[in-house]
This record gives sequence, structure tokens and C-alpha cells, in this order.
Amino acid sequence: MAGWLRQHRGLIPYLFLLPGVLWLLVFFVLPMLAMASVATQEGTLGTGFRQTFNVGVFPEVLDRYAPHFLRSLEYALVVTLLTIGIGFPMAYTIAFRGGRYKNVLLLLVIMPFFTSFVIRTISWKFILADQGFVLGTLKDAGIVDEGFRILATPAAVISGITYNFLPFFVLPMYVALERIDYRLVEAATDLYASRLQAFLRVTLPLSIPGLFAGSLLTFIPAAGDYINAELLGGTRDTQMIGNVVQTLYIVNRDYPHAAAVSLILMVALLVGVVAYRRVLRGQELTV
Amino acid sequence: MPQPDVRLDRVTKRFGDVVAVDDLSLVVEHGEFFSMLGPSGCGKTTTLRMIGGFEETSEGTIYLGDADVTDLPPFRRDVNTVFQNYALFPHLTIYENVAFGLRRRKIPDGEIRHQVATMLALVELPGYERRRPHQLSGGQQQRIALARALINHPRVLLLDEPLGALDLKLRKQMQIELKRIQTEVGITFIYVTHDQEEAMTMSDRIAVMRHGRIEQLGPPEDLYERPSTDFVAGFLGVSNLIEGEVAGRDDRFAAIRLPDGTVLRAPSASVNGAPRVRVGVRPEKLRVLALTDEASSAANGLNTLDGVILDASYIGVSTQYLVEIASGQRLVVYAQNIETSGAAEAHPDGQRVRLTWRPEHTFVIGAAPMTPSDEQPEGEIHA
Repeated sequence: MAGWLRQHRGLIPYLFLLPGVLWLLVFFVLPMLAMASVATQEGTLGTGFRQTFNVGVFPEVLDRYAPHFLRSLEYALVVTLLTIGIGFPMAYTIAFRGGRYKNVLLLLVIMPFFTSFVIRTISWKFILADQGFVLGTLKDAGIVDEGFRILATPAAVISGITYNFLPFFVLPMYVALERIDYRLVEAATDLYASRLQAFLRVTLPLSIPGLFAGSLLTFIPAAGDYINAELLGGTRDTQMIGNVVQTLYIVNRDYPHAAAVSLILMVALLVGVVAYRRVLRGQELTV
Repeated sequence: MPQPDVRLDRVTKRFGDVVAVDDLSLVVEHGEFFSMLGPSGCGKTTTLRMIGGFEETSEGTIYLGDADVTDLPPFRRDVNTVFQNYALFPHLTIYENVAFGLRRRKIPDGEIRHQVATMLALVELPGYERRRPHQLSGGQQQRIALARALINHPRVLLLDEPLGALDLKLRKQMQIELKRIQTEVGITFIYVTHDQEEAMTMSDRIAVMRHGRIEQLGPPEDLYERPSTDFVAGFLGVSNLIEGEVAGRDDRFAAIRLPDGTVLRAPSASVNGAPRVRVGVRPEKLRVLALTDEASSAANGLNTLDGVILDASYIGVSTQYLVEIASGQRLVVYAQNIETSGAAEAHPDGQRVRLTWRPEHTFVIGAAPMTPSDEQPEGEIHA
């Protein structure tokens, strides 16, 4: 074996890749094929599913669940813009002004991960409840109307998703900003750029890789989220595509439609990512 | 007399409790190549960064020409900087790097194209417009950093150890290049370095800095031939220092008596009135003669010290001797190999010799002895 490897040194990198490739084959490619296969079957749980290559299922679910698809993309887009708005200044401050508190601040950013995602969302439900201690206090004080509510509104769902995925944006953004040599900013101001111009001409373009990674890590899970929509929304008007898949699969046991919706979401996200990448292509993504 | 380009008036910079620059006053004349030389932590880079506007002063005033720029941000100061590791913008082409300053000042495109081409020609990298910084060698990046700063025709160009990252051969080449460019564009250069040879090669004047203060300021040959403190004597090359006391002086020379009774002469001008002094002489000013009758007759009018050769090392251009004199002190001698060839003709170990040198080549230091905590110069010592 060792002798054989010595003669075929070029194969070593592929050997290193082998476990990962096998893993993806078993846990990604096969399920994908299975899902595509399920999507084109017909039948019910009672009578059994038969493979009929029913490709008509795709336009069917696309038409039926168009509002949910659109709502998911809309929520995910708003969430991503919000995380950029909140997370970029955070990452910037930690990277450039954090000083010796950098690690403490980063720890605070990932601190929420020490508690389960669902538990955290449920505690928000508790905090924001119509008669919970925030709104209850405000109502008692007469600051907001008795009928005012936060839960079960799009704002609640969007805030919840933003809160949950903020660290996924802040961490890659921080890494990208932290790598920027501060002397480049000094050089820009030395060359007659104001602080704003130095930011726009130097810091921002050099942080594009982090912006790209961070916004994708937020947008993609946000588009597929159903926990926040379920716990903080819970009405028909806040249902996202994730809730549709969950209902179809777990409640209705309608596996073909659930699989078809999932596939469409995946393809849509893939196309979106490629397009997004092209938009940022003009920038130096490799810096 | 033209007005000075840069004037620092009692500038102090504190970082917390640490005083980085201590009550420093300085004038840099127009068109001058001015160097700040010293070990790391001496305050030279902080001083440069205060002139550039990257650090605020704790006290004192900075003038560019007659304008007080103490509180102006970098982009409102008529100075440009060549940074230590060049700080070229990695996401921009060489063209856009060099054009950066002109673009910010809204110079028309046609004018920018012309000026960038001129600048790239000046630094001898024409045709590099489309490349990216990472495609260039260290030396080339250094030239682009220079072009990017010079294209703005600042009143003063600040250079922060710009050659520090280059290898020795390239560094020597760039020293000559920098001096040529400075002469060509006629802009005042303020140059920070810890390399004494680099400072000596290019500068019109050098400020040797230590502990946030200027230890001595003057043309290179003044600092080398007539250092006024132990630190300067030690930082600019090797020097032999011998303790003694002033025994008398006339118009030209002062007599300094060593503890063993030997009397050495030094220029009167170098004696500042302190009775206890140290007499210094550079290793290359000493002549080594075998102790014979010929030697004693040749010593007329010269300073002489007798000693024993402890060690001789032949290093090509010169032979280095370590000589122990009567007091037990060891002196370093660099003897040029003008008439000798090979180690065989050097004075052998253990030989009794007489060291002679001209009184004019003697300098006198009256200040307190050097503290052992001082850093030694980082550059190598050349024979």
C-alpha cells in the first residue's frame, strides 16, 4: 500500500477528499435523488405512492403556493438587509475598535448559540406576548393601545429571524474586516480621501467577501425558516414556505407535494446565489 | 532664506503613561533630505505619524510652512506618506493606486492619465498600469508606493522605513534611487529609519533620536566624526571611548590625561567644560605599528597609545584588530589592507604595538555614561 502510494503521489489529494465526497454522496446526492423521485410520484399514504413521472406537480405547487414562496423571499430579503444594517456596524466596531475586548465581544455575539434555537424563539414569544411584561407594562402605562400587539405580525417574524441569524452574518463580516490592514485606510486618508471616502473606496470593497458570505448565510436559512413564522407569527398571513413544507409533510402526509415544494425552493435559492455572485463579480472576491 | 517646510514646536506625545515623544522641537528646511534615526521605540515613527496627521499630539504645535496643522486630519495636510509595508490598495490596479490622490482631488481624467504615465516613468515602471499590487515584487511595490505619494506633489514626503522589507542588495540600489528622485523632484523628504548606513547615505541632515528626544542633529559627517554623546557614538558605527580628564587647552587642542598618565590631544572645540570626559576615536582612524624605533619617531605630533594585539581577523577589505592598552581596556582597530595581502602579513597575536592617530580625529564626550538598557543599532556594523 505504502509503496503503491509512493508511486502514485498525485492521487493523495483525492484520497484526502474521499471521505467528504462519500459523505456528500450518501447524505446529499442520494436524498436529493430520492426527493426528486418522491416529488414525481402520485398516490396517498393509504393507497401507496407510485412513480408516474408526474412533472406537472411542479407548476401545480408553484401556482398554489406562490404567495408563500414570495412571502419567504420577501421576508428573507428584509431580514438580510436588516442583518447587514445591524451586523455591519457591529462587526466593524469589533474589528477596528474592539482592541483588547475583541474576543469578549465575539463571545457575546455567539453567546445565543449556547441556548437552543427553539427555546430562544419561545422566550421571545413569552417576552412579546400581548400581556407579557413588555407590552403589559406599556399598556398599563398607557403608552400603547390596549389592542396593540407584536406577535402574529410580519414584523414579529422578521425580527425573530433577524435576531436568530445575526451571528451568521456578523462572524464572516468580522473575519473579512479584521483582515483589512488598517494602514490601507490611513493611506487613503493620506491621499486626500475623507473618512467616508476612505470607507467607500477601501474598507467596503475589501470587505465584500465577508458581505457575500454573511448575507448568504443569513438569506438562505431565513428563506427556509418555519420556526419563527410558526412561533412568533402563527397566522395565515405570516406563513412561509417552510411552514407549507412542514404542513404538507407532517400533517397531510402528502410527500410528493412536500418534496416538489422543497426542490423548487432549492433551485430558486441556487439560481439566486449564482446571480448574486455575478453582481459582486466585478469586486475582488478573493482579497 | 526660504521658510522651513516643517516646524515642530515643543511637541509631546503620550500613550497612556508612556511618553513616546518628549518635548521635541525641530525645523526641516525646504528641499532637504532629513532623516530621523534611532532604535525602535525612540519616537521616530510617532513623530512622523504626527506630521502626517495619523496621531494627535498631546502637546505642542506642528507647522507646515507657516500654517498650523496640529489639529487637521491627514487628508487636509499637504504631506504624503510612503508606508512601511507600502499599503498599496490590493483591490485596485497600479494605475488606480497611483491615481488615487488625484481622483480624490477631482483632477480631470486626461490630466490624470498624463501624470500617472509621467510618475511611472520616474520610478522606472512604465507600462505597469493594468497590473495588480500582488503581481509586483517588493522592490516594484516600493516604487509604486513612492509614485502614489509623489504624484500629488506634496510639500513634504514622509517615508516610514520604506526599504525595511527589501533585501540588502535591493536596499542599496533603492537608496541611490530615492536620492536621485528626491533631487529630481526637489520635494522635502522626511525619512525614518533605524539603519545608520541608510541614513548616512542619503541624508542632508540626521536627527538621532532616543527616548523621544533628539540626541544629536546635524549632517552625517558631523554625527560620525564628532558625536556628542555615547549613544550617538555607539549608534553610528563603532567607537573606542577612553576615560580621562581635561588637563589644559589652547586655541586648537585640549590635552586630556588618562589615568596612567598618557596625554592625548583633541580639538578644543569638542571640549565643553566638563572636567571628566571620555576621549573617542573611530577604529578606522587608528594606525597599528609594531613597537620599534621607527614607530616612536613616526609618532611625532600624533596621539599614541601602546598595547598588545589580542586578536587579528582578516576580513578582505580590512584587518580587524583587538588591542589591549595599558589600562586593560580593549580598542578596536580597522586597518585597511592597502599594502598587505593576506592574513600572513597581519600583526600576530601577542605582538606589542603602538596605536597612533591624528588629534583632529579625536572627539570628546562629556555627558553621562551610556545606560546598559539601551538597544544596540539593528544594522550590522561595517568595517
